[in-house]
Amino acid sequence: MTGNTKQMPKDGAFLPRDRNWQPPALAPAYKSSILRSPQQALLSLDNTLSEITGPVFGHSLLGRLDGDLIHNFARAGEAAIGERIIVHGKVLDEAGRPVPSVLLEVWQANAGGRYRHRNERYQASLDPNFGGCGRCITDEAGRYRFLTVKPGPYPWPNGPNDWRPSHIHFSLFGTGFAQRLITQMYFEGDPLIWRCPIVRSIPDRRAIEQLIALLDMENTIPMDARAYEFDIVLRGRRSTMFENRLEGN
Amino acid sequence: MAEDARRLKESASQTAGPYVHIGLMPNFAGIGGVYDSDLGSAMVNDRTLGERITVTGVIVDGAGAPLKDALIEIWQADAAGLYNSPAETRGAADPNFTGWGRCASHAETGAFIFRTIKPGRVPFIDGRPMAPHITFWIVARGINIGLQTRMYFADEMAANDADPLLLRIESRHRIRTLIAPREGDTYRFDIHLQGDRETVFLDI
Repeated sequence: MTGNTKQMPKDGAFLPRDRNWQPPALAPAYKSSILRSPQQALLSLDNTLSEITGPVFGHSLLGRLDGDLIHNFARAGEAAIGERIIVHGKVLDEAGRPVPSVLLEVWQANAGGRYRHRNERYQASLDPNFGGCGRCITDEAGRYRFLTVKPGPYPWPNGPNDWRPSHIHFSLFGTGFAQRLITQMYFEGDPLIWRCPIVRSIPDRRAIEQLIALLDMENTIPMDARAYEFDIVLRGRRSTMFENRLEGN
Repeated sequence: MAEDARRLKESASQTAGPYVHIGLMPNFAGIGGVYDSDLGSAMVNDRTLGERITVTGVIVDGAGAPLKDALIEIWQADAAGLYNSPAETRGAADPNFTGWGRCASHAETGAFIFRTIKPGRVPFIDGRPMAPHITFWIVARGINIGLQTRMYFADEMAANDADPLLLRIESRHRIRTLIAPREGDTYRFDIHLQGDRETVFLDI
């Protein structure tokens, strides 16, 4: 064998982000990006310890109802209105390995497409029993799961008649701060997905398809809640030479 | 040959949108009773080691207006230069310092504020010491993928002059976009998304 046989540490640098796969900062059809997109080239650099490390949160953080958006804001004995759904999946790295201990924080509009936020102007009704936030932490196999209602689509001031597809916002912490990611999950079959300027900021159709959760009848609970499956991929670490050693070394 | 480390592609980022506070700072957003407190609101306690400092600033858009709906996270080493992270292999960081903070821009002024400590020095990839710095990560409506940058300290000029990251900035006049001036115990770090003073953002 030739070449560099120096091993990377176990928690080595992350693979560079694929900027042709990720949405560009400037996507003019999404008007808010016009004044908020850096115009100078980014400074590209390998990870240092400042990026390889990151905060990790323990399961003790979680309250009993943190992963149940139907009940975590509801009055005692009541529940949020809407289509009951289970959202579940795995958090993987780019090598396909599960990532345990990932904190996922989610937020969404209610079943009518209305957010509980002071800046929200849409006339759809608030649901007194729905706050719109939840969180969970992946297990040893990288799995997560939460219960919610399917969010409604809603109009937003961008083009003259733009409607966001139904979506759930996801925020994720991996093991290093360089993996920090916020994305959105869409729902299989929603015709608004392909019309949305925010979705279309993503240049590659396959990258969009990766954000669409599929109806999962296997994990649907009969007479209770439909399941949607949504896997999320975080940046992977560089491979180590260890995996390429000759046999017997 | 190296294995193909990329069997999957990183999920595409999407904007945090205007209602990011619902998910990440629900108490700030007026959604009480779900979580006891907003995560990342306290970085230090009475026993945290190191010099207490305040870091404040605004994020300015291309029209010169401060962002009032942004969310900022910071990540930094403790006073000894160690990160409070399982991925830290050089030693145990100060257990009374999280190293991680989260703050929303003020709804009227756009100001963010972190009460923290001045970090120690952390080695670069090749072992050279980096100047003390704080990593910033910014999301908001109109930002399609989180913006990452670093704040350095104006009272560390000797260390800044030898910092491996700052030395990589080709346009030398842009280095000052990453250096926060000090007044008392407060460092002022304004972040410009565009224009003559555009902050150097990182692809790291």
